[in-house]
Amino acid sequence: MGEFFHVPSDLQHSYLGLVGWHLEEALIPVLAGLLLALPLAQLCVRLRWLYPPVLWVTTVLYAIPSLAFFVVLINWTGQSEITVMIPLTLYSLVVLVPAIVDGVRSVPEETHAAATAMGFGPVRRYLQVELPIAVPAIFAGLRVATVSSISLVSVGALIGNQGALGNLLADSMFYHRPILAVSSVVTTAVLAMAVDALLVLCRRLLTPWTPPARERGRGAPVSVPAVAEEAR
Amino acid sequence: MIRFESVTKRYPDGTVAVDGLSLEIPDRSITVLVGPSGCGKTTSLRMVNRMIEPSGGRILLDGEDVQQQPVHTLRRSMGYVIQHAGLFPHRTVADNIATVPRLLGWDRRRARSRALELMERVGLDTALARRYPYQLSGGQQQRVGVARALAADPPVLLMDEPFSAVDPIVRKGLQEELLRIQQELGKTIVFVTHDIDEAIRLGDMIAVLRTGGRLAQYAPPDRLLSAPADAFVEDFLGADRGIRRLSFFTSGGLELSSAPVVGEDDAPPDLPTAPYLLVVDGDRRPLGWADPKRRAAGDRTLIPYGRSFPAERGSLREALDSAVLSPTGWAVAVDGDGRAVGVVSQEAVAAAIRAAHAGQGGAPEDAEPAGVR
Ligand SMILES: Nc1ncnc2c1ncn2[C@@H]1O[C@H](COP(=O)(O)OP(=O)(O)OP(=O)(O)O)[C@@H](O)[C@H]1O
Ligand SMILES: [Mg+2]
Repeated sequence: MGEFFHVPSDLQHSYLGLVGWHLEEALIPVLAGLLLALPLAQLCVRLRWLYPPVLWVTTVLYAIPSLAFFVVLINWTGQSEITVMIPLTLYSLVVLVPAIVDGVRSVPEETHAAATAMGFGPVRRYLQVELPIAVPAIFAGLRVATVSSISLVSVGALIGNQGALGNLLADSMFYHRPILAVSSVVTTAVLAMAVDALLVLCRRLLTPWTPPARERGRGAPVSVPAVAEEAR
Repeated sequence: MIRFESVTKRYPDGTVAVDGLSLEIPDRSITVLVGPSGCGKTTSLRMVNRMIEPSGGRILLDGEDVQQQPVHTLRRSMGYVIQHAGLFPHRTVADNIATVPRLLGWDRRRARSRALELMERVGLDTALARRYPYQLSGGQQQRVGVARALAADPPVLLMDEPFSAVDPIVRKGLQEELLRIQQELGKTIVFVTHDIDEAIRLGDMIAVLRTGGRLAQYAPPDRLLSAPADAFVEDFLGADRGIRRLSFFTSGGLELSSAPVVGEDDAPPDLPTAPYLLVVDGDRRPLGWADPKRRAAGDRTLIPYGRSFPAERGSLREALDSAVLSPTGWAVAVDGDGRAVGVVSQEAVAAAIRAAHAGQGGAPEDAEPAGVR
């Protein structure tokens, strides 16, 4: 079992160090994606005509292989974490933008009208009514984005060992030690599940107001193909 | 006072929702806008708080054009109750009600105690304060909607089909609650509905709108029932408006006879004029009718009396209903505690109806609306 946690010294990290690094490389892009997606989605809600082209662009970005991104980005950002995180940020948009748009649009018309009638300005209405009501949908998007980001980080191994746990895969081949590959894959999967569970917990805590039945419906992660389908 | 001056609304797609509407809505009373679906009721209501801007004419609030007033201030000074309640699903009942006070900058504690106070006022158990809307019944949600509109004590209340999504019994309860609150608070209420019975029950004044947003008639309910302006209004009022109009005549003037009212164990009096005796219990609550001859012969069976009517606060409609329901043809009048005060025959009720109509002469609009609405 010690083999499982033993990281070759050329990776310059302990096992836990790799886990922490992996999380950092996976989660910062999702967070950045969320910060980009929020205003973008709001624009799409406001200007209906903007939504189809935005969806189209995010889908096209999603279709570009990460390796192609790396090749282009390496000229600017070198063999660094940033080079890994920029594509991941853009990928997260393909689920986050539709999730937020659908969430904000799911605010019942009469709730929206009631807010207006009570004298909410547009900004206050967005922050205090629309966004909170969109939280379940946003979290559904966040879960997909996070899990896929955690699995995609490994590709970073291809550009100067920037893949965190993914670097173990490369070493597994280099040293002919299959256990390293197992360690890499299993750890990544466990990490994804743990973070996903944490997100579910957060959603529950943030939305005590969702009826249990609806929670079940909303809780199921949006599948990437479904979102991509919608994007066409 | 709210005053519509030839207000017109034409939507960008060319639909004329409201056409040259002129209306004076008196203070501290309930004015109902009623009409078939799509006749422009919601549009008219929403122009008052500027959720919709008119394309012609103007709306004055206490003599000032609403267009000239800052929109958020204007809206916060008017309570708005929306169809299906439109509660904020992510806020508790108390937080929903406290919305406008919080917008107006009240501190949390004051807004909260105000919310609890209002829950009581609209007949909600304050134990529900921490619940979320999905945990409430439809009727409770509507009450929260009304409480939320009242929260900042606005002088004006705009209500758009607030009770249409609940069953008839709950609706009746909510209507009575609204009348009671109105008696206490005396708001200027503009109430939209497509239910003419609701309009007649609640309205001090009723504006009947026809499709295309034109005003068909603007009158108090009694006048509407007695003198519909045209075939459209008459049709809209539906059947038995003659009977319904009797709601506006008090039963207080009926001559009740108390002689046939006897106790359970009393000896039946010798009354040649009364074909039946009303037997009451020790508290004078009615038990049923008895045939005096058979009772004298020792037969104690009672004939059910149907339904009583309130002697003082009731209407001729209730008295007539009671007389028609009673197998003997006599109506039973009771006081506020349900004690029998006397009986009156169908013929006497009919005479009172004729007298009431005659008393109004040719000008029914001068009649004081009386009795239970
Ligand atoms: N935003 C809009 N754009 C175009 N037409 C509209 C718009 N809103 C309403 N209308 C039209 O204006 C007319 C009046 O609408 P309104 O909502 O005021 O009717 P209403 O009397 O409230 O009907 P209901 O009883 O069904 O609620 C209808 O014909 C409706 O289709
Ligand atoms: Mg309407």
